[in-house]
Amino acid sequence: MRIGLFIPCFIDAFHPEVGVATLALLQGLGHEVVYPRDQTCCGQPMGNAGFDAACAAVERLFVRNFTGFDAIVCPSASCVNHVRNKFDAIADAPEVRAVRAATYELVEFLHDVAGPEALPRVRFAHRVGLHNSCSALRAIGHEPAPETHVPFFSKPRALLARVDGLEIVPYEREDECCGFGGTYAVTEEAISVAMGRDKVERQARAGVDYVVSADTSCLMHQQGCAERIGLRHRFLHIAQVLAGMAA
Amino acid sequence: MKRVRIDHAEARSRPIPGGDGREAQPRGPEIGKRGAVDHAEAGRRFLAAPEHAAFHDRRLWDIREKRDREMRGIDEWEALRTLASDIKAHVLDTLDTHLAAFERAATANGVQVHWARDAAEHNRIVGAILEAAGARSVVKSKSMLTEECGFRDAMDARGIAVIETDLGERIQQLDGEDPSHVVMPAVHKLRSDVAAVFARTLGTDPDNHDPAYLAEAQRQANRPLILEAQAGMTGANFLVAETGAVVVCTNEGNADLSARVPPVHIVSAGIEKIVPRTADLGVFVRLLSRSALGSPITQYTSHFRGPRPGGTMHVVLVDNGRTARLAEPGFREALKCIRCGACMNTCPVYRRSGGLSYGATYSGPIGLVLDPSLDRTRYATLPFASTLNGSCSAVCPVRIDLHGQIGRWRRVLAGEGRTSPGKRAAMKAAAALLARPAAYRRAVSAFGAALPHLPRFALYGPHNIWGRGRELPAPPRETFHAWYARTGGRLP
Repeated sequence: MRIGLFIPCFIDAFHPEVGVATLALLQGLGHEVVYPRDQTCCGQPMGNAGFDAACAAVERLFVRNFTGFDAIVCPSASCVNHVRNKFDAIADAPEVRAVRAATYELVEFLHDVAGPEALPRVRFAHRVGLHNSCSALRAIGHEPAPETHVPFFSKPRALLARVDGLEIVPYEREDECCGFGGTYAVTEEAISVAMGRDKVERQARAGVDYVVSADTSCLMHQQGCAERIGLRHRFLHIAQVLAGMAA
Repeated sequence: MKRVRIDHAEARSRPIPGGDGREAQPRGPEIGKRGAVDHAEAGRRFLAAPEHAAFHDRRLWDIREKRDREMRGIDEWEALRTLASDIKAHVLDTLDTHLAAFERAATANGVQVHWARDAAEHNRIVGAILEAAGARSVVKSKSMLTEECGFRDAMDARGIAVIETDLGERIQQLDGEDPSHVVMPAVHKLRSDVAAVFARTLGTDPDNHDPAYLAEAQRQANRPLILEAQAGMTGANFLVAETGAVVVCTNEGNADLSARVPPVHIVSAGIEKIVPRTADLGVFVRLLSRSALGSPITQYTSHFRGPRPGGTMHVVLVDNGRTARLAEPGFREALKCIRCGACMNTCPVYRRSGGLSYGATYSGPIGLVLDPSLDRTRYATLPFASTLNGSCSAVCPVRIDLHGQIGRWRRVLAGEGRTSPGKRAAMKAAAALLARPAAYRRAVSAFGAALPHLPRFALYGPHNIWGRGRELPAPPRETFHAWYARTGGRLP
C-alpha cells in the first residue's frame, strides 16, 4: 500500500519521536510511506474556534498534499475527526471526498486494515494506564462511547495485547475528558487545568508507570499538569510502545 | 418471593464526603467585556472554593454513574433513545396539528387553553387569571419555563406572592438566587449553605446542618402557605395530544399539592412538550428519570386531565422563541430536549464550574445551545465553555447532537464577529500562514522548533496562559519535518 503520512503540527513541533514511531510501524508492515513535505496543519484549531470559513485554502492544500495515496494515516484521533467529519470550508468535490474517506487514524488503521496480528511482538514491562481521547472514543470509535449500551470492544487494547509484559491498569473516571480541548486549554485555563489535575492524580493513585494514548495533544496537557504538581508517571503515544521505541 | 429494592432519587446514592463547609458559597458570573457572561472567571471562582467544587463534582458524577447502572439494566436502551428522538422529530415536523389536537382534547376535558407568544404575554395571561380569581398568593412546582419568563418578578410587580414548593427551588427562592441545574436547583449548595439560608429566612438553628431537620423545617413552613393559597401552578413534562392530559413528574409530590389543593390550577408549558399518544409515555417515562437522576422512575408521575371538582384548570402554551428555533435547520433539534439534565451531570466543565457560572436560565451543554438564541450578546461566549468532548451527546436520551450544535454556534458567533478582535485576527493570520507551506516553515525556523507559529498561538496564547498551571513541553532537538528532510525517512 502507498501511504501518505499525515503528521499533525504539534507532533511535528513538540514530539517528532511520535512521527518517527508511526513511520517505523507502517514501514515495518511493508508499506511504502511518503511524508508530503508541503503539509502544515488540517485547520482543526481554527475550526474548533468557529473559524472554519477562514480555512478553505488550508483545506485545499491538505487535499493537494494527500491526493493519490491508497491511505492517509495520522497518529491523532482529533485531527482525523476534523478531516473526516468537519472538513467543509471547501466544496464537496470528488477529490475532497476521496482524501477524507482514505484518511485513517493510526490505531484504527493498524486494527481494521492491517490487523493486530500483523504487528511485531515487542516488550514493554510496565504498568500502563490507557487514555482514550474523547475524539478516539466518540468520533473515531476506538471503543464504544462509555455512556452508551453497546457491546464492548477495544481497538487499542487489542493492539496492546501484542506487547509482552505490559499490564493495563484501570483508574477512576478513565473516560472523563482531561480538559485539553484545543484552544479550550487557554480560553478557560483554570477549568482546563482542574480537569487535567484530576485526571493525572487518579492515574497516579492507581499506580501507573506510564499513560499511553493515541492522542499526543491530550498527553501534552496531562504531562504538563503532572509535572507541575510533581507526579512521576510518564506519557507515551501508543505508536512508541507498539514500535518498540518507548525507551 | 424475592424482594427488589427500588432505587429512587435519593436512596442508594453514595454518601459524598464534605458538605459541611465553612467557606462562602461562590455566586454567579460577572458581565465581561462586550456585555457577555464571563464564564471562565466564574468557573475560576467556583474552583477557588474547593469544598464546594469537590462536593459538586462528586455529587453529579455519582449521579452519572447511577445513570450508567440504570442504562445497563435496559437491553433496549439505545433503541429507546432512537424511538424518543424519532417521536420528537415527528412532533416537531407536525407540531401545528398536534397542538390543535391537544387544545381540542383539553378543552373537551374542561380545561381553558391559552396561547402566549412570549414571556411577557405568558406573565400577562397568568397574572390576569390570578387577579380574576382574587389570588394574593400562588404555590407552584418547579418549572424551567417560568424561570425563562422571569415569572416571579412579574408577579411581584402585581403584588402577588409566588411560593415555590420544590425544596431545591424554594432554597434558591429564599436565597434570591437562580436555580443552577434544571433538575436539582440547589445542587451547588452545601448543606451548611442551606442551613444559613433557612436560619436567615425560616428561623432555623444556624448550627444544625442536618438535612432531615432542614427539610422538615421547610415543610412545616410551606404547608400552611399551600393550604392558604388560592391558586397553584405546575409546569409540564409532557402534553399528550390525543387526550389533552398534562403529565408532571416529581419526586416530592409538590406538584400534586400545588395542582390540587387550591381551586385554580395553571399549567405553564412550552409548545414543544407535546407527545402524540399516551402510549409514547412508555418511551419517555422510562428514559426521563434514569437519565436525570439514575432512578428508574420519579416518585410521582401525575396525569392531570381536568380541573378538580368545583375548580378551574388552565394551560398556557408558550412559544417564547420556539417557533423561530423550529425554522432554523441547524438548531431545531434542541427542541427535542426533555430537560432531564443528564448532559449537565456528565459535563466535566459544568461539574467544575457550577450552574450559576453560566448566568443563564439554562446551564451546561443544553444551555450553551439554547441561551445564545435568547440573547446573542449576553451569551456570546458560552459556546466556548466546552471541550467538545461529546459526552453530553452520548448521554442525551433524545439523541440531540449537543456538542455538534455547540460547534455550530461557534461558527455562527465567529461569522457574526462576536468573538474578540484579537482572537479573530490571530485565527485569520494562522489560517493564512498555514495555507503557505514555505512561509509556514520559515516561521517555524524563525521561532525555533519549540515555538512555531501555530502551537505558539494555540497553546501559549498571550501572556503564557498555558504555563499558569502546567509545565511546557521540552523542545525537541529538531522537528519531524527537519528529521525527515535530513534522513529521507530512513530509520536508523
